[in-house]
Amino acid sequence: MADTGLIHHDDIVKDDSKRDFIFLAAGGLGAVGAASIVWPLLAQMGKAADTLALGSIEIDVSKIAEGQQLKVLWRGAPVFVRHRTAAEIAEAESVPLSDLPDPATDADRLVAGPDGALKPQYLVQIGVCTHFGCVPVGEQGEYDGWYCPCHGSHYDTSGRIRKGPAPRNLDIPPYEYISDTVIKVG
Amino acid sequence: MSGHSNYEPKGAVARWMDSRLPIVRMGADFMAMPTPRNLNYWWTFGGILTLCLMIQIVTGVILGMHYVAHVDEAFDSVQRIRRDVPYGWLMQSTHAVGASMFFLAVYIHMFRALYYGSYKAPREVLWIIGCLIYLVMMATAFLGYTLPWGQMSFWGATVITGFFGAVPVVGESLQQWLLGGYAVDNATLNRFYSLHYLLPFIIAALVGLHIWALHVTGSNNPIGVSDKVKTDTLPFHPYFTVKDMFAIVVFLTIFGFFLFYLPDALGHADNYIPADPLLTPAHIVPEWYFLPFYAILRAVPDKLAGILLMIGAIGVLFVLPWLDTSRVRSMRFRPVARWFFFIFIFMCFILGWCGAETPDDPVKIMGVDTGLSFYRLSQISTLYYFAYFIIILPILGLIEDPVERPASITQSILDSSNKPASGEVMAPAE
Repeated sequence: MADTGLIHHDDIVKDDSKRDFIFLAAGGLGAVGAASIVWPLLAQMGKAADTLALGSIEIDVSKIAEGQQLKVLWRGAPVFVRHRTAAEIAEAESVPLSDLPDPATDADRLVAGPDGALKPQYLVQIGVCTHFGCVPVGEQGEYDGWYCPCHGSHYDTSGRIRKGPAPRNLDIPPYEYISDTVIKVG
Repeated sequence: MSGHSNYEPKGAVARWMDSRLPIVRMGADFMAMPTPRNLNYWWTFGGILTLCLMIQIVTGVILGMHYVAHVDEAFDSVQRIRRDVPYGWLMQSTHAVGASMFFLAVYIHMFRALYYGSYKAPREVLWIIGCLIYLVMMATAFLGYTLPWGQMSFWGATVITGFFGAVPVVGESLQQWLLGGYAVDNATLNRFYSLHYLLPFIIAALVGLHIWALHVTGSNNPIGVSDKVKTDTLPFHPYFTVKDMFAIVVFLTIFGFFLFYLPDALGHADNYIPADPLLTPAHIVPEWYFLPFYAILRAVPDKLAGILLMIGAIGVLFVLPWLDTSRVRSMRFRPVARWFFFIFIFMCFILGWCGAETPDDPVKIMGVDTGLSFYRLSQISTLYYFAYFIIILPILGLIEDPVERPASITQSILDSSNKPASGEVMAPAE
């Protein structure tokens, strides 16, 4: 066979001295490049700007009669505003903390009005069961509060979990009293 | 795939093509696969499932031409398909009933593999790919069920995506990332539609791998003894294509019965109420094919533990080839194990029953109160479900005395036709 001066791949003498560095550098840069491509592909699934911009809502609680509950859609989920009766408030306040799976006093679950005093008659909560997100039904269950029909969680008159698979009390949304009778949720 | 080829191109055009792209040769070799001659009708579900996938893809692509993935229009667009689109009623019903039929066939296919030990060496990879297909099928079915945007669609989506919210620390962020918002909404519907369109093609690719792996190891058979002599097998075509075709006709008859007479029997009336994010239906249950897993989810009072159990119920299938210690494949020769297997099937039905009922209700058989709640019953059957895989099969393989197996498939056929004295009236072998 005539010597053409060309070297076949199999006859290349192995010399790793510089290659290691080149491999690592190229591989590292490639990984950074891949990550910078993958990130937008994953991040696009997050909340879009218009979803985030779904601002706050204002609710006039004075229009809710005693013993009634207002259901308002906020961020795609219902917010419960309940005007509790004196009996319900008394029931919520009388429960010893040791009876609660997720201990919280009734006062912990309320927000003070502009004068700094609590308004225990108005209970504001996110109406989403903390188990798998169903909407609990009011004035039902073994604790006179809410009952979730999906998997049988019972909440008391303060929206605290008492029985069933839900891990937490009903969540309290961020809200404040902007006047004596109007709250701003969000 | 199995080395030598018996294909001989006939004619100049076939030879020309064969030397450029031997696709006809591939198909011919594929159909000539040596197949155990003793396969019974439980082995026809592979072909039936291939047909199911094709039916779902064809009807699904057509439905996609008329469906509108928007919260304001999705429900109405499905009703329009059922009422106004020419033959839309047929396409929509076929797709919806077809999903149930697909699961019916896949469950029989899986129980077949469990009974005849088709997951054992050398078919572990074949089995695992099958489990993957089942997993992607479940995801596809769930995503598809969301699309009509009825009450069950919406609340099913809320509950299932709620599973991700149970992940410690990052759960809520993960859930909202999946939903694209604070709750199930338009962003969720759109991505579910996109993924529902994608996943069937992933299934098709996995089916390709599943069949490839099948052609490497060959089919298992009812006696579980590998084929040894030439008379043990027959070419797949025409012997098993014909057998599969007959089974497909019977299967399509059942399919047609539901499709034309009971198109909504396998669904829920509540899904004909448009989705309402303010009102959860009083009794939400998944489609029948998810009921056993739903019962397992509810069998423990803890959210995260319930989810882990449910994931484990499917996860345990993936490691089954290494849990079952018996070297005897077919339960025909395992006198003790087969009874545990029959109880296992029974318990799967019990789990399905529990999944359909309210946990706190008492179990009544023929109107008689058993003093047991569905909650307790689901705990008992969940316990058996897991015990079957992680206690019974591993231990039984070590202590059970299997019945003597025939030396070969040919021998087993000869034995069964020689045994009775009335040899003249023997029916042909199965």
